[in-house]
Amino acid sequence: MGEAIVVTSGKGGVGKTTTTANLGTALAMLGKKVCLVDTDIGLRNLDVVMGLENRVIYDLIDVAEGRCRLGQALVKDKRFEDLLYMLPAAQTKDKNDITPEQVKAIVEELKPDFDYVIIDCPAGIEQGFRNAVAGADKAIVVTTPENAAVRDADRVIGLLEKTRIGSPKLLINRIRPSLLKRGEILDVDEVCQVLAIDLIGIVPDDETVIKHANQGEPIVMNPQSRAAIAYRNVARRILGETVPLMPLEEKEGFMRKVRKFFGMG
Amino acid sequence: MSGKTLVTIKGVRDGLVFVLDDRCEWDSLLKELEDKLTRHGQQLSGAAMQVRVRLGRRQVNEDAKEKIRDIIGRYGNLLVESIESDAEGPPAIPRDNLPLYRMSGIVRSGQTVEHDGHLLLLGDVNPGGTVRCTGDIYILGALRGIAHAGCEGDTGAIIAASLMMPMQLRIANVISRPPEEWVSEDSRMEFAYLRGGVMEIDRITQLHRFRKEATLSKGV
Repeated sequence: MGEAIVVTSGKGGVGKTTTTANLGTALAMLGKKVCLVDTDIGLRNLDVVMGLENRVIYDLIDVAEGRCRLGQALVKDKRFEDLLYMLPAAQTKDKNDITPEQVKAIVEELKPDFDYVIIDCPAGIEQGFRNAVAGADKAIVVTTPENAAVRDADRVIGLLEKTRIGSPKLLINRIRPSLLKRGEILDVDEVCQVLAIDLIGIVPDDETVIKHANQGEPIVMNPQSRAAIAYRNVARRILGETVPLMPLEEKEGFMRKVRKFFGMG
Repeated sequence: MSGKTLVTIKGVRDGLVFVLDDRCEWDSLLKELEDKLTRHGQQLSGAAMQVRVRLGRRQVNEDAKEKIRDIIGRYGNLLVESIESDAEGPPAIPRDNLPLYRMSGIVRSGQTVEHDGHLLLLGDVNPGGTVRCTGDIYILGALRGIAHAGCEGDTGAIIAASLMMPMQLRIANVISRPPEEWVSEDSRMEFAYLRGGVMEIDRITQLHRFRKEATLSKGV
């Protein structure tokens, strides 16, 4: 029996879909069987970020309304043999066309066949949020080191704590070390102090994330990227490994250190 | 009983002023008042005399005032003109009798905790969270959201927090927004109170100067 994890944030644009895509891919790379579920009905993106857009035939609503079997709607990611699947959201309907009970039933049906079911939640705290959370056993709250995102994360944590999920895990996304060093954004400790939940990972901001998303190839597949390593670390923590937080500062190369020593850096 | 005089009677142009000690126990105060009046009963006979009673900083309710009127009124020639208390705010609610509600946890953004009486919160109030009650608010944690003490008009209520970094503080009808009006100076436990209708912040060790509660410590 697998585990259903919802990725949520409250605020939009902090990286829920990117996180869902990358964690799912990272878990598949670690040999786990994963199904990604997009619950952002009407504004589906997960298929785009995964590069599976042109293979979508049926969607979540079709399954809920019995127009197809669950197995028919699952899109298989051929890059990962038989390990990574995705259940796309409908693009032509909206969040009120499905109920939390229907989503829960679908997730329950997926769980026996997969190690992890990762649910991408839409922004906001309304119907879409309730749908996404209904079937989840655990939750990851994504935030960025900005006050607005932290406020919304706090609100969502409050709502999650009232469900059977209980205390979620925190992922701080898009940390820009240069701004952090100048004290222009909140640091990891400040965010953790306010939100007071367990930290599951920190992901540095990386411009290549956008490039990869546009190419439909999750960044975790590129081992050169620091964001990729951060997401892989989160995946390993989900599996129960103890992985230290990665340092946010970019390691300086030897030549750069030499140049800096001579005042040329 | 110490030799300290709890009741001082002064003669003024238009009558007498009874100055009652504001730090002692209420019962011993009444006892001494009665003793004094009995002892000086002879001197107090004669023409009717106006009496003003000064309670200092002690806050008393109507029952207690009635008791004083009753005791003084037993001496035929004394007329109680007024009973004055310097204590701020309406003494209507005897604050000591309010229930204390204790809770632990984090009050997160969008959440509100409301209670009749005093509130002891073991945990934080996050930005966007609100705690509101009719009495005092004590927070063993960080106050980063909104706290409203004395929400039914008790201007003598206080808000105390281990870490005072609120978005807004409200006591009775007064609203204050840091850091425009005040700045939390250190990370020690502090409390907010009203002085002359203006919000002030001070270290918790200064609370006894504001609260002037009857000292009940016994022993040496």
